[in-house]
Amino acid sequence: MRRLLLAGAAVALALPGAAAAQSGSGLYSENCLRCHGPAGSGTPRGPRLRGVGAIAADFYLRTGYMPLRSPSDQPTRRHPLFTPSQIDALVAYVASLGKGEPVPKPHPERGSIPVGLRLFTEHCAGCHQVVGEGGYVTGARVPPLKQANATQIAEAVRVGPYLMPRFPKTQISDRELDSIVAYVEWAKHPDDRGGWGIGHIGPVPEGLVAWLLAGTALVAVCVLIGKRNTA
Amino acid sequence: MIRRTVRFLDERSGAAPFLRKALRYVFPDHWSFLLGEVALYAFIVLVGTGIYLTLFFDPSTATTYYDGQYQPLHGSEMTQAYRSVVDISFKVKAGLLIRQTHHWAADVFVVAIVLHLLRIFFTGAFRKPRDLTYYIGLSMLGLALLEGYLGYSLADDLLSGMGLAIGYSVLMSVPIVGANLAELIWGGPFPGTHAFWSRMYVAHVFLFPMLIATLLGAHLALVAARHHTQFRGRRKTERKVVGVPTFPGQTPRSLGLMSAVTAVLFLLGGLVQINPIWLWGPYHVGSGTNGAQPDWYLGWLIGALRLVPGFDLTIGNYTLVPNPFWGGALFPLVVFGVLFTFPALERRFTGDHAFHNLLDRPRDAPWRTAIGAALFTWIAFVFLAGSADRVFVTFFVSYGWQILFFRIAIWVVPLAVLVVTRRVCLELQGSDRVEHERELAEEEARRAASLEPVR
Amino acid sequence: MSALWRWIVAAIVLLLGRGRRPPPIERERIVPAGEPSPRAELLVLALFGATAACSIAFVVVYAVESIPHQTQFLGLSLGLAFAFLAAALIVIAERLVATEELEEDYPVPAHPAEQETLEQLVEESGDRMTRKRLLLLGGGAAGAALGAALVTPALSLGPAFEIAPFFRTPWRRGVRLVDERGRPIHADDVLEETFYTAYPEGADREELGSPLVVVRLRPADLHLPAGRGGWAPHGIVAYSKICTHAGCAVALYRKPTFPGVEPRPALVCPCHYSTFDPARGAKVLFGPAGRPLPQLPLLVGPDGELRAAGNFSGPVGPAWWGVRNRRPS
Repeated sequence: MRRLLLAGAAVALALPGAAAAQSGSGLYSENCLRCHGPAGSGTPRGPRLRGVGAIAADFYLRTGYMPLRSPSDQPTRRHPLFTPSQIDALVAYVASLGKGEPVPKPHPERGSIPVGLRLFTEHCAGCHQVVGEGGYVTGARVPPLKQANATQIAEAVRVGPYLMPRFPKTQISDRELDSIVAYVEWAKHPDDRGGWGIGHIGPVPEGLVAWLLAGTALVAVCVLIGKRNTA
Repeated sequence: MIRRTVRFLDERSGAAPFLRKALRYVFPDHWSFLLGEVALYAFIVLVGTGIYLTLFFDPSTATTYYDGQYQPLHGSEMTQAYRSVVDISFKVKAGLLIRQTHHWAADVFVVAIVLHLLRIFFTGAFRKPRDLTYYIGLSMLGLALLEGYLGYSLADDLLSGMGLAIGYSVLMSVPIVGANLAELIWGGPFPGTHAFWSRMYVAHVFLFPMLIATLLGAHLALVAARHHTQFRGRRKTERKVVGVPTFPGQTPRSLGLMSAVTAVLFLLGGLVQINPIWLWGPYHVGSGTNGAQPDWYLGWLIGALRLVPGFDLTIGNYTLVPNPFWGGALFPLVVFGVLFTFPALERRFTGDHAFHNLLDRPRDAPWRTAIGAALFTWIAFVFLAGSADRVFVTFFVSYGWQILFFRIAIWVVPLAVLVVTRRVCLELQGSDRVEHERELAEEEARRAASLEPVR
Repeated sequence: MSALWRWIVAAIVLLLGRGRRPPPIERERIVPAGEPSPRAELLVLALFGATAACSIAFVVVYAVESIPHQTQFLGLSLGLAFAFLAAALIVIAERLVATEELEEDYPVPAHPAEQETLEQLVEESGDRMTRKRLLLLGGGAAGAALGAALVTPALSLGPAFEIAPFFRTPWRRGVRLVDERGRPIHADDVLEETFYTAYPEGADREELGSPLVVVRLRPADLHLPAGRGGWAPHGIVAYSKICTHAGCAVALYRKPTFPGVEPRPALVCPCHYSTFDPARGAKVLFGPAGRPLPQLPLLVGPDGELRAAGNFSGPVGPAWWGVRNRRPS
């Protein structure tokens, strides 16, 4: 009997998929079970993960959005708690919990930046700001997109993390998504031919420059030219 | 050669006596008296760069699809106005430099006016006989704010287009006549007729600059006619003004200041990007972006608009006061109202109807300084509320809490500032008195010591 | 040869002769004498030289298109040129010309004698008139009327007294909803958890009444105001995209991933963050808006395409005095 068990264990460990699911489920039990429930069934502290697919798990884990300290916190980008291979395992595990979308493979090189600008303005700029500098939506912080890679951009569009809308293929086709990804990548280093970009959010830093740079420089010149004492 | 020039001028215009007086005209030369000049020179740069821009800008709302050299806008539908500004930025050599210098000059123009206004206010320079000069100055400030707003709205980009819609809404919110006025100016409901753009253009390029220039002329003439004020000091009295003559002393200084202002503006214009409209994209009624703000000098208004709680004042079905009125119209009216009426009210409450050529130090007028500090604190806090969203995004301070904080702070902090400032002024006056008495005592002691017979 | 020689001598004499000035007349100094400062002069010359160099650099950068970062170098060169000029002028002011401190009288506060004369002038000029006040009144009335007449053409600027335009939108019963690219929107393509921008087919999309924001909610979650029973087929609601506060496009949509903990769905405006509840007729949840977004009743056509079922529940855009009077027609 023991020999049979040992053989079975050896086989189980040898099978890569099974092994991954196993360590994935182990990681899940340690880090996710408390809020997301056994086999992703959900609890009052976290949504069910059945059917969310590899796409959602990959996004939330690689951005460090998950694990979340408290259910009422807004997930924010941080250094991932898990190693890449641990994430792979967790993603495989979550994917195995039900039929969901796989991790997308966007092709920004097939997209068009001008089309992306128009699509981004139409669907995304209201929250993310027209060059992805982030913003405010009532009750939440909309993150800047400077650190998101192409896969994460595509994932976020399809998943709709936290309060973000979830854009289906009938609304934004894969081709259009390629253009949006191309645009967001471009917007990380937009055309600053006017000089120092000062944050690409317009009048707030511009006003600071007008007062703190120009204002102090010109007052300094006045002090240099004029008299200082009133006596 | 000098002789020949002078003779030519005098024989043709009879100007020698005037020039003789003008060139020896005396300028009190404290550094803070130069702030108005900074504004003047910024205005000159504005006019110069502005004229250049009019040679390229197309104030037309006819739409076109972009096919120029800036790739990301390819195929985007935009007005000719927006397109011409993109072309100025990308196609016209030195176009972007001139455009950015023009925009920086507008921002710095208002910075200088505000600093100048603060100096005028806190030294009591607006007192008789200079209250008329002061009214003209305040009018120029108001015109400058409008002029700047019109200027950056002409580009028809997403950011300024949103701002125009807000301006329209504030006008609509004026009780009883708002909608009618809005229809007059826009030629119908927003976005109005195509002629609206020409109206903005003519206003920005001709009407307002003419108004400002005329008022500026009157302002400077009055300053010259009454002579500049001065701080109290040795030989400086209500009767005698002490300073540096126009020529040779003041001329290189003023020219140097003009060059310095121009230098700062061109350096900014080339090195620090401002209003990159190609990044914002063209305005469309159905488009919006987060992080949209007006230029800094209208920041007090966006703060006010965001702080006012959501309600329209209605009487049955009649909407007497739509929401934007309080923050967008009443608030600036109150601020300008207080500033305009301040000289008259101060005369009334202090009973001081005398002429003043000498300036107060802020501590010499505790009530004025306290009220001024409170007023400007009020404006400053409302202004800060306007950028609460960017503070939230950058520093993670909850937006909701900021709004709540500011709703209370804009009333409480100015009150505190009023009380504290007045106290500080009185204390400083007190210490001045002690200092003065000590000096007198020392002087007396010295005199007594020198008179004592040598034993 | 000698003629040429004579010309040369004459030229030399003239040129040399020109340089010699007549001896100065003895006169009292206006500007006090000051110590010369040759070092300052050198400095000024150097600064002038720098100004010239930078100005030339500007022209060179302008002319040589292959120089990258044109705007930066143009600004740097021109700005520095002015900066050096400023420095030169300030050195001149401080070191090369006298800085005198002169005293002058302030002008007299007033001129009572001349004021008196002016008063007298005006009074005596009006001596002949027996009914001065009446004449003034008449003149004032004439002037006011004339002024009013001159101002009247300003009314042509726009339909100042027509309020009907505020109640007009391109939407009518049966008008199809189309997307940014003009394609009709099928009800089945409108999914939950996202938001759509729509326009009336064939209309000018730059009118305030044109843009719509469309979202789909679960019919059970809808609590629309009374009388809007059939306005949301399959839970699809449409509202004007133009914020009722100050006219910006309501371009934000908040959709909770985990409704138990996260804020409810909301349409938000990026200008002043007015927040509207799409499940409750876009009533205002937060922010300065004074009234809800107007709702457009929808119907699903036989082809499955979304169409308007009428006009909005109220006028679109920012409020004015008559905004609550009636529905758009």
